[in-house]
Amino acid sequence: MADSSWLSEVPQLSRGELRDIRKFLDTEYRDFSREYGEIIEGFFDPLLSFLVWFEKLLLATPWWLVIAIIAGLAYLSSRSWKLSLGVVISFFMIGYFGMWDDTMRTMSIILVCTLMAIALGVPIGIAMARSDRVQSVVTPLLDIMQTMPAFVYLIPVVMLLGIGKIPGVIAVVIYAIPPVIRLTNLGIRLVDKDVLEAATAYGASSLQRLIGVQLPLAMPTIMAGINQTIMMALSMVVIASMIGVKGLGQPVLKSITNQYFTLGLLNGLAIVALAIIFDRVSQAYAKRSQRYLEGMDNG
Amino acid sequence: MVEAKINKTEPVALIKIEGLYKLFGNNPKKFMPLVHAGKSKDEILAETGHTLGLKDINLTINKGEIFVIMGLSGSGKSTLIRHFNRLIDPTEGVIEVEGTDVMKLPQKELELFRRHKMSMVFQRFGLLPHKSVVDNVAYGLAIQGVSKSERGAKAKEWLETVGLAGYEEQYPAQLSGGQQQRVGLARALCTDAEILLMDEAFSALDPLIRSEMQDQLIELQQKLHKTIIFITHDLDEALRIGDRIAILKDGEMVQQGEPEDILLNPANDYVEAFVRDVNRARALTVETVMKDPVNRITADTIGEALKQMKGFKGDYGYYVNEDGYQGVLTEEKLQAAYDDDNKAKLTSAHCEALDAISQDAVLETVIPDTLNSQYSLPVIDDQGEMTGQLSRSTLAEVLGNEEPRNR
Ligand SMILES: Nc1ncnc2c1ncn2[C@@H]1O[C@H](COP(=O)(O)OP(=O)(O)O)[C@@H](O)[C@H]1O
Ligand SMILES: [Mg+2]
Repeated sequence: MADSSWLSEVPQLSRGELRDIRKFLDTEYRDFSREYGEIIEGFFDPLLSFLVWFEKLLLATPWWLVIAIIAGLAYLSSRSWKLSLGVVISFFMIGYFGMWDDTMRTMSIILVCTLMAIALGVPIGIAMARSDRVQSVVTPLLDIMQTMPAFVYLIPVVMLLGIGKIPGVIAVVIYAIPPVIRLTNLGIRLVDKDVLEAATAYGASSLQRLIGVQLPLAMPTIMAGINQTIMMALSMVVIASMIGVKGLGQPVLKSITNQYFTLGLLNGLAIVALAIIFDRVSQAYAKRSQRYLEGMDNG
Repeated sequence: MVEAKINKTEPVALIKIEGLYKLFGNNPKKFMPLVHAGKSKDEILAETGHTLGLKDINLTINKGEIFVIMGLSGSGKSTLIRHFNRLIDPTEGVIEVEGTDVMKLPQKELELFRRHKMSMVFQRFGLLPHKSVVDNVAYGLAIQGVSKSERGAKAKEWLETVGLAGYEEQYPAQLSGGQQQRVGLARALCTDAEILLMDEAFSALDPLIRSEMQDQLIELQQKLHKTIIFITHDLDEALRIGDRIAILKDGEMVQQGEPEDILLNPANDYVEAFVRDVNRARALTVETVMKDPVNRITADTIGEALKQMKGFKGDYGYYVNEDGYQGVLTEEKLQAAYDDDNKAKLTSAHCEALDAISQDAVLETVIPDTLNSQYSLPVIDDQGEMTGQLSRSTLAEVLGNEEPRNR
């Protein structure tokens, strides 16, 4: 007990021990991915075919039709001529500077990722809102997902599924899903207790309460979560391109390695343009669907 | 201002509550022995961190009556009313509605029970902010699965009844508080549920709107004959609309009875404190304070009449024949007539005119007559029968201890 070096130095595993642990875990995981990689890939096959199909569809559609559809959607959801005009100009510029195909690829993957994040995130958020236990399990997971550097969870995904679209989608979804989950949970928990009690008093079942009261009233918050998710998905584009996701991220990556400033800037601007369009359109839509909130303060 | 009295036929018990206890906290069952041992709410809170919400509540609510539950804030009114439709589960006790033990209903049947048996109006309205006014009113029917067109039509009718025709497509946030509560009331009526639970439904409204709503409720009740459980912290409101009143204090029932009972015979200081601020002249009817009609004279001859008059205090009496009350007789006049002719028949010609007052009149309206008359005023019922008499001193006594304003 005379040895008091533990006071001045951090107690530490020996190198050998550390190496053994790493080796053990890595081999175990490698074996696991060899064994089950195929099966898991097979599981994602339908998603992959959908991704490929959707990308092809966007690429095969004439440019003016794509612009018209997006501008039309922007107008429908926001009823703003300015926004629609902005959409037309931005997309025209994107095409004019030779980034059309990459933009379509990025858009297709972002749309799919967002839809997946919503399809998974909203139910998880609902489950969290309904049970404190689920919430206490999921919250730390979300904290990890949001703070763990994306590169770290890219490694096992790539080991398991190789390089390509599917691992890209998984990485993007992992990175972008926390806001939908958190804000769905928050939105439902913040629903006015009095209103919910009224629904219960009139005999609403828990499903009727969820669909008729909680989700509609939580919608502004959920929409804010979806908006955040889209933004985060877009910001993952460059990292995802490192594992073979085609789109606007790849030219950016190329310009970093080759120091092409202008190429990087243009593609960066295209990502920004997409982000702004998605953001404005989804926010305008959220606002318009909450018209009943108008005049809330003269009650 | 005449209070509507529901025909006092044989009361039929609709809701029965027996030995109801509610202890709020994590482990209420464990600490129930303390409650039964008679510890106070404060002691239990200090010792266990549990809040005693209700303690040994027993009551029966009859079909067709307006039963008012009254008490200060925190006395457990909302807790109690939420037991009727089991928005809150009791820690102990029995809740029966039309013979059904509500506690034994499984979830699905409980939902059906809530849909069809009871509807509720809330202090803060509890309207669905994202639905239009008409959809709010139709909400109960929507939950029941009634078709859209049918429930829309019904909701429109009820909106009209509460005076909100034309507001169908507005959203609740666009209405004033009073209008929102009318929507709440229409929503409750729209399901045709027999029992109406109203938790401080009018408390959040301005005094003027509030009294309008009270009138509307009374008027509707005369048509609909619902069973209404009405919560308020305001005794004036309770007296105005209640057929019976129960008073809660710290989760305990301190008094139950008809409004006059509570007003005239408060059970303890707590009730008395409530009662002190009430304007009795407005709250009480003549019937509740009048004395027995002892000065009644029913004789055929003047001689008999004089004899009857000697039998009671005072030198006057009220002549009553088979047609009811006729007028007032004074000893002086009778004596003179007797001296004239001691066999003479007694007729209304011997009377002095004196207007009788109705037993259903509110005291306030008879104060001037009572004070101006040198006699006690005779009180008659609808048929003109004399049922009592009201003296200046009775009036002064009843109204006088209302407030120490003479000191
Ligand atoms: N969910 C609850 N948990 C703990 N205590 C509660 C709860 N609901 C009510 N109480 C307590 O029960 C008592 C009665 O409350 P309440 O029924 O709301 O009173 P009132 O409606 O008469 O103002 C209060 O002391 C309140 O703090
Ligand atoms: Mg209350």
